[in-house]
Amino acid sequence: MAIISNAVTMADAGAFSVGLGSKVLIKTLTASTSGTLNFVHGASGVVLDSTYPIYKFEFINMHPATNSVGFTVNFRDGGTAYDAVKTTTSFGAYHSESGSESSLNYQTATDLVQSTANQTLNFYNTVNANEADSSISGSLTLFNPSSTVFVKHFMSNVNSMHQDGTSRYSVPSYIAGYNNVTAAIDGVQFAMTSGNIDSGKIKLYGIKDS
Amino acid sequence: MTVISNGTNLINNGTLDSGVATGKMTLIKTLTASSSATLSFVDGASSVVLDGTYDSYVFKCINIHPATDNVSFQINFRDGGTNYDATKTTTFFRAFHTEADATGFGYATAVDLAQSTSSQTINWNLGNGNDESGCSTIQLFNPSSTTFVKHFIVRSTDYGEDNSIGDRFIAGYCNVTTAIDGVQFSFSSGNIDSGVIKLYGIGG
Repeated sequence: MAIISNAVTMADAGAFSVGLGSKVLIKTLTASTSGTLNFVHGASGVVLDSTYPIYKFEFINMHPATNSVGFTVNFRDGGTAYDAVKTTTSFGAYHSESGSESSLNYQTATDLVQSTANQTLNFYNTVNANEADSSISGSLTLFNPSSTVFVKHFMSNVNSMHQDGTSRYSVPSYIAGYNNVTAAIDGVQFAMTSGNIDSGKIKLYGIKDS
Repeated sequence: MTVISNGTNLINNGTLDSGVATGKMTLIKTLTASSSATLSFVDGASSVVLDGTYDSYVFKCINIHPATDNVSFQINFRDGGTNYDATKTTTFFRAFHTEADATGFGYATAVDLAQSTSSQTINWNLGNGNDESGCSTIQLFNPSSTTFVKHFIVRSTDYGEDNSIGDRFIAGYCNVTTAIDGVQFSFSSGNIDSGVIKLYGIGG
């Protein structure tokens, strides 16, 4: 039955006909000394298929349990392993709190070439656990993961507080790449390069196209 | 009363049913400049929310036009008291292309900050010609945290006073563990002649 108000159809066939916003929260995972945080289509209320053309993960204060580690992502393209083949780019900048050091550069250490390894999202790999106020925040956008025609593009931008000795730095990282597979991506996994994710929150949103 | 369509609950007890998917980018406040010295968003004032209600906040600055030529559009943060003077460390790099076909790309030490309470440049050297303005998106993460520094990420573009396009990448953190409860925008000199800034809450 349609619900009509002032000649405007508000809802019909069990769904609203009017716009209710296009950035839909699908799932929130909160780390608590966690080895990994996984978003798997069809599990625990996660949707990661053709329901949405674009998916966006947002990272809120990801804090490691171990010193000098990176925050990483990997993708599942069939089976249960997170090992999709990826080719990526990695660049970013840094600026020390002392003001004495700053730079913009490409980082070959954290790009991938046809690799199944995890992709580091903070390119200096060095967020420290012993800095209580240190963390990583930012986002990763994954385009059309269910396509069986195209490779699966993704883009990430995070900012982190990096420590090197007694110096601390603001470090923005810009990562982009593609899963070089035509199988659907149906799972995404986040982890530290070593040790647990001590705390932090990851939110998965679906971006509507209509 | 429950509103049911085709066997699906849509409205229940005065709210949308929990099964109805709604957007999580919520418009909180729009400020429109009109020869304004500053535009300020303060939690709890004029219906602004800038606290733990949302996980992050996004400011969209649309056609920010200066009253004065060759000035920079800036942001600063309030971390207690009434002053916008949170200590910040930031990075700034950019690409540019002039209408005379000069190009450049690189880090800009002139407009980054190191443990500074000064405002952070968002749009650099804006022109005040009638068709000149800057646009930007600023995401501020978890401003109410009393544990972590407050990360923010900016992407902006502007029509410079030298008739160029500027594409700016800015990021940094407010190096404080007190909550950020206010954000202020201004020009390095002169008023904000016109422009719109929208504040959205993300998640929650």
